[in-house]
Amino acid sequence: MPTDLTSAELPGAPERISGHDPQAGDPVAIEIRDVSKTFRIPTDRIDTFKERAVHPFRPNNYRTLKALESISLDIRKGEFFGIVGRNGSGKSTLLKILASIYRADSGTVRMAGRLAPFIELGVGFDPDLAARDNIILNGVMMGLSQAEAKDRVDAVLEFAELEEFADLKLKNYSSGMAVRLAFSVMLQSEADILLIDEVLAVGDASFQQKCADVFHDMRDSGRTVVLVTHDMGAVQTYCNRAMLIHDAEVHMIGDPEEVGREYLRLNFARDPSGEGGDALAVPGLHARVVDAWLEDEGGVRIDNLEGDQKIRIKTVIEARERLDNPVLGFHLYNADNLHIFGFNHKPFEDEDEDEDGDGDGDGDGEGSVAAGERMEVSFELDNHLTNGHYFLRCWVTRDRQAGDMALQAIDLLDFVVFNVTPAPGVMTVEPEVDTRIEG
Amino acid sequence: MEAGTVTMPTAEVGQEEQSELREITGPAALGGGRKRFLELLVLMSVTDFKKTYFGTMLGYLWSLLRPLMLFGVLLVVFTKILRVGSTIPNYSMFLLINIVLFGFFQEATMNATQSVVAREGIVRKTQFPRLVIPFSATATGLFNLLVNLIAVFGFMLASGLYPRLSWFMLIPVILALTALTAGMSMLLSALYVRRRDTLIIWSVLSMALFYGSAVLIPVEFAGETLQKIMFINPIVPILVQTRVWMIDPNAPTAVELAGGWAHLIPAAVVFIAVCVLGWWYFNREAPRVAEEL
Repeated sequence: MPTDLTSAELPGAPERISGHDPQAGDPVAIEIRDVSKTFRIPTDRIDTFKERAVHPFRPNNYRTLKALESISLDIRKGEFFGIVGRNGSGKSTLLKILASIYRADSGTVRMAGRLAPFIELGVGFDPDLAARDNIILNGVMMGLSQAEAKDRVDAVLEFAELEEFADLKLKNYSSGMAVRLAFSVMLQSEADILLIDEVLAVGDASFQQKCADVFHDMRDSGRTVVLVTHDMGAVQTYCNRAMLIHDAEVHMIGDPEEVGREYLRLNFARDPSGEGGDALAVPGLHARVVDAWLEDEGGVRIDNLEGDQKIRIKTVIEARERLDNPVLGFHLYNADNLHIFGFNHKPFEDEDEDEDGDGDGDGDGEGSVAAGERMEVSFELDNHLTNGHYFLRCWVTRDRQAGDMALQAIDLLDFVVFNVTPAPGVMTVEPEVDTRIEG
Repeated sequence: MEAGTVTMPTAEVGQEEQSELREITGPAALGGGRKRFLELLVLMSVTDFKKTYFGTMLGYLWSLLRPLMLFGVLLVVFTKILRVGSTIPNYSMFLLINIVLFGFFQEATMNATQSVVAREGIVRKTQFPRLVIPFSATATGLFNLLVNLIAVFGFMLASGLYPRLSWFMLIPVILALTALTAGMSMLLSALYVRRRDTLIIWSVLSMALFYGSAVLIPVEFAGETLQKIMFINPIVPILVQTRVWMIDPNAPTAVELAGGWAHLIPAAVVFIAVCVLGWWYFNREAPRVAEEL
């Protein structure tokens, strides 16, 4: 056995959280030691023989990008281990090294048991083949023999609830069906170690529930699962332990709750007013909150909300760079980080809602906010919240049509709702209930 | 789900080794066990083959039609217009078998060139022996060749050739050609990842090779000097021997044409060099292919 390395001894793990570790005595399934990876990104790449012939002596110029810096980690057998981190933090690179898709520049990775060599759903699916053939192909890619792969076709189809479509070519599948098939294939691989990259939000609610059950089963059956995700809810629900990668280094290993909170703190912390926040800057930091407040009906600022008042919120958001067709999403969370509600607002969608007052908010849904311009957004809604502490966040998305999903979440404000008649659940209702006693 | 209750027997990981830590070495040309390699190779090439044959209405006919039409055109040119063919015994069968054999080499290497890039999705997302990809292009071509050869044998019998024991020598001919194709495929598919004009260059080079392999006219028609040069090309002796074994037992053998065994050494060196170079280069590039794509 290799030396047992707990997270406290890990280099580059500055904050160890004293989370309990149920697998402390179990054998190590994945041992990562000092793994580093640097990518060379060509600046003026010569990618044809012709260019090489024309410029025979021009050197290939590269800039280097450090993706992983001396990562060390032990994942124990039977652990459900979450890896979280921002885009570009190196978490997917680490997963690809574990999956033998990339080769580490230095350091060693050792594993015990058979690895399912997939990191994404539906890899290698061929649209021109029937589902049945795809399941076999996938099974063989995962290391089964053809006979074994054939044996499990029915089980896979059954789990995916796609028995009737076994001989339908995949190109005729809906995307939801394809995802279900892909997920089932992965779950049926029966490998000892599974690497999963962002797959949890698939299928309809009943299929998600099924997947959740399977994840719990996997956890209980002693399989080792490494999950890379942005979804803190998934990490907190399934994982025994989680790691936060930040700037190519291990930032923190420990209890999923704590890691999740640290992740949110790193990413969604209210932007410190100046440019000094660069170290923590979310890529595409393009808006900042100038002000946000609660009002009473008279337009007076209030800190907290009394039960019988409407929720009236005003916020001023300043664009730091040009925002084309921005979308503002407002989301309310309670103290348990439960998402209470959310809605999107497109300032240029509707001329009636041209609150920014720059006059170009015409009815065609197109428009932009120049850098430095401010939007004042106000909204009002009935208060159905129960007593408690609430947090309002705003997500700013730029140019959704073009697929630019560069997101930024800003904590707008938090407030306490008080003086509501105590009620169960997270919201109050005023039902009109009618009882007739017959007989 | 009976997760974890079934232990899969695999080529390398036995049940008793399951709890033992083994170092993973990252992506490679080979690796993951011989059995898995073969399973993948067979499945991928059979799948590709099936797709071409059952994907379209006239699947098999189409793939047969191409060499046959080329054969028809060339036959007319070389027997009716140039009249070279009429002086050669069984010229039509000589031409047909050459076109089919060279066509295998040409098509398989062309398909292999783009194969790694075309399968970008799985290269970047899963771990598997990278060598499967160019090899499966070769294997698909090989299936194609075997199917085409059925038609060739039909024509040969119809044209009055009697089956001889030496027809079995077609097996080593195909093996040699397959090895050369695989070697070239490894080289080209790895080159294409870095240099995207590989395909254009190879399509021109393979056209030159078509003429340099004496596919159309027996090599002895080329003249002393040119013939010596052409014998550096390993495809030339392969096709010369095919003619002797399959079509015309009285045709000059490769040894006779080259002027002794010693003169076949350059062709053998080129043959081995292509295979070794292909393997060496592919093996060198395989670990980084996923990053280069």
